[in-house]
Amino acid sequence: MSALDALAQAWDVIVIGAGPAGMAAAIVTGNAGLSTLVLDENMGVGGQVWRSITTTPVLNRPVLGPDYWKGRDIVAAFAECGALHVPGATVWSVSTEREIGVSCGGVSRLLTARRIIIATGAMERPFPIPGWTLPGVMTIGGAQTVLKASGLLPTGRVVLAGCGPLLWLYADQALRAGGQFQAILDTTDTTTRAQALRHAWAFARSPYPAKGLALMARVRRKVRVVTGVTALAADGSGKVDTVLFRRGHAGFGERMPVDTLLLHQGVVPHTNLAMAAGVEHHWDDRQLCFVPTLSDTEGETSLDGIAIAGDGAGIAGAEAAVERGRRVGHAAARALGIDLARLPDLSTSRRTLAGYERARPFLDTLYRPAHAFRIPQGDTIVCRCEEVTAQQVIDTVAIGCEGPNQMKSFLRCGMGPCQGRLCSLTVTELIAHTRAVTPAQVGTFRLRPPVKPITVAEMAELTVQSATPLNVSRN
Amino acid sequence: MFRRLLDTPQRAVTVTIDGCTVEARLGDSVAAALLAAGTRPTRASPVGGAPRAPYCMMGVCFECLVTIDGVGNRQSCLIPVAEGMAIETQTERREAGR
Repeated sequence: MSALDALAQAWDVIVIGAGPAGMAAAIVTGNAGLSTLVLDENMGVGGQVWRSITTTPVLNRPVLGPDYWKGRDIVAAFAECGALHVPGATVWSVSTEREIGVSCGGVSRLLTARRIIIATGAMERPFPIPGWTLPGVMTIGGAQTVLKASGLLPTGRVVLAGCGPLLWLYADQALRAGGQFQAILDTTDTTTRAQALRHAWAFARSPYPAKGLALMARVRRKVRVVTGVTALAADGSGKVDTVLFRRGHAGFGERMPVDTLLLHQGVVPHTNLAMAAGVEHHWDDRQLCFVPTLSDTEGETSLDGIAIAGDGAGIAGAEAAVERGRRVGHAAARALGIDLARLPDLSTSRRTLAGYERARPFLDTLYRPAHAFRIPQGDTIVCRCEEVTAQQVIDTVAIGCEGPNQMKSFLRCGMGPCQGRLCSLTVTELIAHTRAVTPAQVGTFRLRPPVKPITVAEMAELTVQSATPLNVSRN
Repeated sequence: MFRRLLDTPQRAVTVTIDGCTVEARLGDSVAAALLAAGTRPTRASPVGGAPRAPYCMMGVCFECLVTIDGVGNRQSCLIPVAEGMAIETQTERREAGR
């Protein structure tokens, strides 16, 4: 029995992702009376930022902080809007004919929508250092997830390493919950400060500086912070037991015993589904990632009737995601003939959105991950699934392999179960650096459905209703 | 290793990990239950047989693949624990048959 069995086949709007953007979009279309289905592969609503907001065991509110609990209002509005939310539902295909392949409880179905809103959000940027595949090495986002969802804190000797706002937010939350850290190894590239300063005035006028600075000050009072870290490695046999690092230029000068090493160097749009659907993307040099090419602030993509809302459209944070979601939902409702009188007034929305987005150039420049942490060397694993090293990629470029797709034939990198999520940016930048061309020239893996593994039995049992069910023949 | 905060109100559920009975909490993903139980590694990499454990906890890295109630290669960070669930770590190399 699957939650999909009882679903209607055709919908006005299907939203993929029940995070800030997806919920905000569905609230607009649902309240407008449009049949709205929200599919999300997680166990509950909230996306990453408001994960487990309806079920978290961490009820002492200051631990997760006011920005977390702010999510309760939107979750309440979402529950009232008439949209149907199916958790545990993994969307594995979106076609140009707006047909969606979705898997839930071991059963797959094909559903259609007049408008599709992709709100797949962000994921953490790969952090390819020596030893990053060892048990005991996790992402900071992962540690935050288990704090929110299960009230879990890492024990023993715990070191945080990397850069970006989430590192400091998690440190603050975990310390408030009673956690302890040996050190924070701050990899923020000190050479970017001068460039970041050019954007400081815009940042100062955004809502972020006051709370960000206070939060960092609180963490610094309790944890030793090692700044200017220029190299990192995890070491151990069977599990991590040591983190090696250096400041400045020579050798791995310092080491620290650890039980858990938590890594983070920013987030990037989770683009796999949109790319596999055929949505046009381009390289964003400020955010160092591929982002969908959108024609306006209402998320319109290169494909008719398919829009993208939230951090999946380029990183701007939860508040911006809500605003983008509202705008995309509004546009979808208008396109489906809903009268403006039945829709929320968005006359100040563009300005509100600009206020949040204003902070990004400063944050993106200040926390631009350093070259050494994006473009690894030697035996460092690039593709975790297929265990492909940086040197293998470099050597394969040397024999004439020019791009990521050809690289697949040589090395299988990007062809494991994660389908390039944890290696595509590294592979693109590594090839670009080795060939001395731009990441835009190199491009990225060509993605195809299913973007998540499903069983052959699920495929075989699909009831195909349209003439061109899956766009597997594209390209 | 991870520890659970005290005084969390969630109801206990009993699961087995590689045959051993373990207490998890309602609201845990299977991967969170594995972390809380101190199980690591949770799988061997299919190519080199190297030990791996949950990494991203949000469905993108596929390091937390385990066998749940006889079905292999499940993304355990996306699946809620349930009473009586049988969880098995995947310590073999490529498991083409499952």
